[in-house]
Amino acid sequence: MNLHEYQAKALLRMYGVPAPDGIVARTAEEAEKALNVFSLPVVLKAQVHAGGRGKAGGIRVVTEASDIRPATEAILGLTIQDRPVEALFITPAAHIAQEAYLSLLIDRSERSVAFVGCAEGGVDIEATAKDAPEKVFKRKAPVSQLTRLNPDSLMDFAGQLFEDPSQARQTAGIMARMGRLFAEKDASLIEINPLIADADGTVLALDAKMTVDNKALFRHEDLQEMRKASREDPSEASARAQGLTFIRFDGDIGCIVNGAGLAMATMDIIQHHGGQPANFLDVGGSSNPKKVVAAFELILQHPGVKVIFVNIFGGITRCDDIAEGIRTSFDTMDVSVPVVVRLVGTNEDEGRAMLEEIGIVTVTTLEEGALEAARIAGAA
Amino acid sequence: MLIDANTKVIVQGITGRDGSFHTGQMLAYGTKVVGGVTPGKGGQTVHGLPVFNSAPEAVSETGAEVSVLYVPGRFARDAMLDAAQAPLKLLVVITDGIPTLDMLEAYEALASKGIRIIGPNSPGVIKPGQCKVGIMPARIHTPGSIGVVSRSGTLTYEIVHVLTEAGMGQSFCAGIGGDAVIGTTFTDILPLFEQDPDTEAVVMVGEIGGQDEVEAARYWGRNMSKPLVGFMAGLTAPPNRQMGHAGAILEGEDDTVAAKIQRMEYHGIPVARLISDVVPLLRG
Repeated sequence: MNLHEYQAKALLRMYGVPAPDGIVARTAEEAEKALNVFSLPVVLKAQVHAGGRGKAGGIRVVTEASDIRPATEAILGLTIQDRPVEALFITPAAHIAQEAYLSLLIDRSERSVAFVGCAEGGVDIEATAKDAPEKVFKRKAPVSQLTRLNPDSLMDFAGQLFEDPSQARQTAGIMARMGRLFAEKDASLIEINPLIADADGTVLALDAKMTVDNKALFRHEDLQEMRKASREDPSEASARAQGLTFIRFDGDIGCIVNGAGLAMATMDIIQHHGGQPANFLDVGGSSNPKKVVAAFELILQHPGVKVIFVNIFGGITRCDDIAEGIRTSFDTMDVSVPVVVRLVGTNEDEGRAMLEEIGIVTVTTLEEGALEAARIAGAA
Repeated sequence: MLIDANTKVIVQGITGRDGSFHTGQMLAYGTKVVGGVTPGKGGQTVHGLPVFNSAPEAVSETGAEVSVLYVPGRFARDAMLDAAQAPLKLLVVITDGIPTLDMLEAYEALASKGIRIIGPNSPGVIKPGQCKVGIMPARIHTPGSIGVVSRSGTLTYEIVHVLTEAGMGQSFCAGIGGDAVIGTTFTDILPLFEQDPDTEAVVMVGEIGGQDEVEAARYWGRNMSKPLVGFMAGLTAPPNRQMGHAGAILEGEDDTVAAKIQRMEYHGIPVARLISDVVPLLRG
């Protein structure tokens, strides 16, 4: 789960990492009140889970009190990467003397946690790592020591970001605090870009991005609250509550599949035959007919769906349970579109027999099913 | 190849619903399951097998070398750290939903003891006809000479099924797991296939995210003589919403399927576009 900048900064400050204070505003009135707290100039920053906020006009500097209302309204009217801006963060403009890049992240190929740094701030770190890898520094941090990193041991790394010894020392302290925040909140990324030294030589996080591990949310009530506060596709949220993984697309072929890899392969083959999936849906590895019913409900909410393709390779999942779920869906809701079912694996004969009783014909291979679904949707 | 007909296996989480059910399935396949672990339930029996309070106790009483773990995600860290205290060779982690930092901590502990981890979020490993350690449906497998390694569960079944229908049995199938951080990567497992006398060719089933397939392709190009065929899921997937761009930063390469297929083909690995293309590519 991605946190908003204001949420990430609140956590950083809680852990002792300096970050400029700010106020969250959802209306022009709330934005105007910020001027009672901060003196001009202030920066207005769109709080939206999308990259390229600046380029899209989501960040504005306001120097005159009369400009704050129109600037706020302009930002709140934006949609950045299909996401409407619902809130902005208002913060005093900083005096940047020097800027750098600093992050702490999970390095999957090394199976460790690592700091990544660059003496240039505000950079696209991916592009820099590709074009000028010598500018990007990396340092492993053992997971078992993350909560108690010694700043002295981080000085070499910090010195590569800021030459000034005082600023390097502040940076090493920030790194140790990031380690504790990372471990205690189950982060998978904390990115400070830029990390700046201001006119007084104070090092602080001017912008921050943080991602936390969805698999660890069960032990973080504060993060669960943050998720409630951020806008999520209602269908996707409801799917998650029912133990399904669901992602909506623009196509017209609804998909119900067991297993993420098979669900992706199913989408691929549908598109190979010219069809367009309406969704990614993994019913998971268990065998609960209710999940199938929930899947039908989610897909049928999408008015553009012309056909539903159910693709199941039963292992733990039993085909008769899936068939039971399909039958219940037909009994309890108006399934107004054709359904193509491919059932293979555990208890497939029982499952097929149950579907035949209600007039649903099954196919035996993935490719046959995908082709049939694409044909019904008018694509193949 | 990690397991065979003589491998003794213990089950961590044997008294749970999944652990107990799959212990029965493994026994039915002929796997030498010799006991299980559930803290606080030592002295009970499941399918006639003794239950112990800890992995070290279970291993010292039974002589097991392999443990398979079905413990729910929030308790898996403690179970993995318990396994690290036992003289095991291999720990197969079936559990889905283990927090990444718990996994990293357990990996540090297990790796320091020289214990290999397969998973988490893995369907397990199987040497068809000899030993099954995991949850895969047994009947789709048949003994033979094709090695299969995959990040997915059901997609692996799909490919194994196609191989079996085409008369191509399998020497060993490994589901290495769908999580971002896994104990054994493609690159780690390819040398085992290269050395395994029963394996003549390998199918590698990858997907979006990370650079493991690309690293494995590079490894294959430099170090392997046995043919390798790829299949990649997620060619049409939108940018992965699960992960930040963290993984790709460090590798400096694109982790989309299209980019990875390009790199695999650059190293000379044929990549099937459809599952039905896997068999013809293996036949060359």
